[in-house]
Amino acid sequence: MKLLVIAGPPSAGKTALVKQIVRRLQGEMRIAFLKIDVVKAFEDIELRKEFNIMTRKWYSGDLCPDHAGVMIMADAIEWAASNYSDLLIIESAGLCLRCSPYLNQGLGVVVLSSISGIHTPEKMGAMVSLADIAIVTKIDLISQAEREVMIQKIKEVHPGVILMETNALQGTSLHHLYALIKDSPDIEEENLSLKGNPPLGTCTICIGKKEIGWKHHFGIIQKLDGQTAEYLYRGE
Amino acid sequence: MINKITILPGLDKRGLREKFDQITLAAGETISIVGPTGSGKTAFITDIELLAQGDTSTRRRLLVNGQVPGDDIRSNPSLKPIAMITQNTKCFADVSTEEFLGIHARARGIQNDMVVYETIDLANKFTGEKIEKDNKVTVLSGGQTRSLLVADAILIGAAPVILLDEIENAGIFKREVVRMIQDTGKIVVFVTHDPVIALLTQKRIIMENGAVKRIIHRSDLEVKAAHNLLELDTRVDIIRERLRAGKMITKELTAVNFA
Ligand SMILES: Nc1nc2c(ncn2[C@@H]2O[C@H](COP(=O)(O)OP(=O)(O)OP(=O)(O)O)[C@@H](O)[C@H]2O)c(=O)[nH]1
Ligand SMILES: Nc1ncnc2c1ncn2[C@@H]1O[C@H](COP(=O)(O)OP(=O)(O)O)[C@@H](O)[C@H]1O
Ligand SMILES: [Mg+2]
Ligand SMILES: [Mg+2]
Ligand SMILES: [Zn+2]
Ligand SMILES: [Zn+2]
Repeated sequence: MKLLVIAGPPSAGKTALVKQIVRRLQGEMRIAFLKIDVVKAFEDIELRKEFNIMTRKWYSGDLCPDHAGVMIMADAIEWAASNYSDLLIIESAGLCLRCSPYLNQGLGVVVLSSISGIHTPEKMGAMVSLADIAIVTKIDLISQAEREVMIQKIKEVHPGVILMETNALQGTSLHHLYALIKDSPDIEEENLSLKGNPPLGTCTICIGKKEIGWKHHFGIIQKLDGQTAEYLYRGE
Repeated sequence: MINKITILPGLDKRGLREKFDQITLAAGETISIVGPTGSGKTAFITDIELLAQGDTSTRRRLLVNGQVPGDDIRSNPSLKPIAMITQNTKCFADVSTEEFLGIHARARGIQNDMVVYETIDLANKFTGEKIEKDNKVTVLSGGQTRSLLVADAILIGAAPVILLDEIENAGIFKREVVRMIQDTGKIVVFVTHDPVIALLTQKRIIMENGAVKRIIHRSDLEVKAAHNLLELDTRVDIIRERLRAGKMITKELTAVNFA
């Protein structure tokens, strides 16, 4: 089974891209799709209705969706494989700019909208710098010069990335992407790990405890005027 | 480098094959694309800009110097031989004009810093409202943006192929633009509704229903007509600029003989 992990900020065009991929590859591959989001997502229903493929969704709730993905992706791979899928597409929520959902195997794609502002590539950290492929969408909405400026910015953040531009509503210029997906090696389920480093640790705020003050929490948050020696705060 | 672009037929909006064998655009040639709104003019030049390989909605294919272009020139801006001015007249990049042009020059592999200021100077020849280097590109008017992008295509894009989508609509000095890029040995394609621009080009490609319907070579008679029309257009421009400047129309302009 092949694996495609798609990340990118909200409304970047991830789902529009997934639809083009499914439309194009459905004839030759059995495709399964998982959407990971925080509170609400409709992609599973939409894609099942439009293409009649296997879909799932999963809400991370109080957790960073990429952290949650670490556990959930293994389940999803098992689910897709046990249903004889040839390709599993995972669309991440793309909200956590500290983490990235890409694995050491399969393809990691970051989707960036060309109207999201020129500093986005720099601000998105690992979501851009650890991707194998960057796809710039909505090129129908801006000038060619501005497209080139956006591409240049992405290259400066991640010189090795494979870059593509598309109007995701029409699926223009995606031949290269389809070829890369078809040529990507099958994953070995026993040897999957995160590409990026997770944050140093998690704290009780990360999992949704809202009470203010140190006595309610533990983790590694530094006190406002704390000494560096105290940075491993363990709770009271 | 580029001396010929070949367009191979695709499908019209109903899915029927276009009725030409191939269209060849040669260096030094000027072409206009005409036809009703929605007939596929923008789609046609977008195919050229993307060097389409059957992977756009029209399914057309493009050849450069008779060859299928490689993925590198399709996706690497610094190798791309084509500059396009789209109908979009908004920039979203939150940077100054100077910075914007600087990054674009980097993308195009240009070392010379002066090109940024030369581009701004050229843009200011196309527009009545002066663009300053510190202006954010997001606050430029439609006409200023269009002027800047045309100047950018000429000097920074510096491409042997220039595609312009309805430049007449942005309130810029279109004759100035046409003058600047004709006779430069480039392939210049204008999508246009403007009879003056259409008659200034050597070939007209007529679009209908998403497909190329006809290709017309300009006749000698039309060359003459173009000159008359230019004359007329110059006068209309004078009147327009006078009105814009808050002046009154003078007597000799009321006596213009439009025949
Ligand atoms: N014009 C244009 N619109 C696009 C393009 N790609 C996506 N859109 C539109 O942008 C909006 C968001 O696209 P989606 O594909 O839902 O974005 P997403 O990244 O999946 O969004 P979330 O999953 O909600 O984070 C939709 O209205 C799309 O129709 C494009 O290339 N051009
Ligand atoms: N050959 C074609 N097949 C399918 N769709 C097409 C074709 N040509 C144009 N279109 C679509 O028709 C719409 C209008 O075309 P456009 O090029 O914008 O027209 P124009 O610039 O002449 O006003 C666009 O959505 C475009 O993608
Ligand atoms: Mg989505
Ligand atoms: Mg158009
Ligand atoms: Zn995170
Ligand atoms: Zn936390």
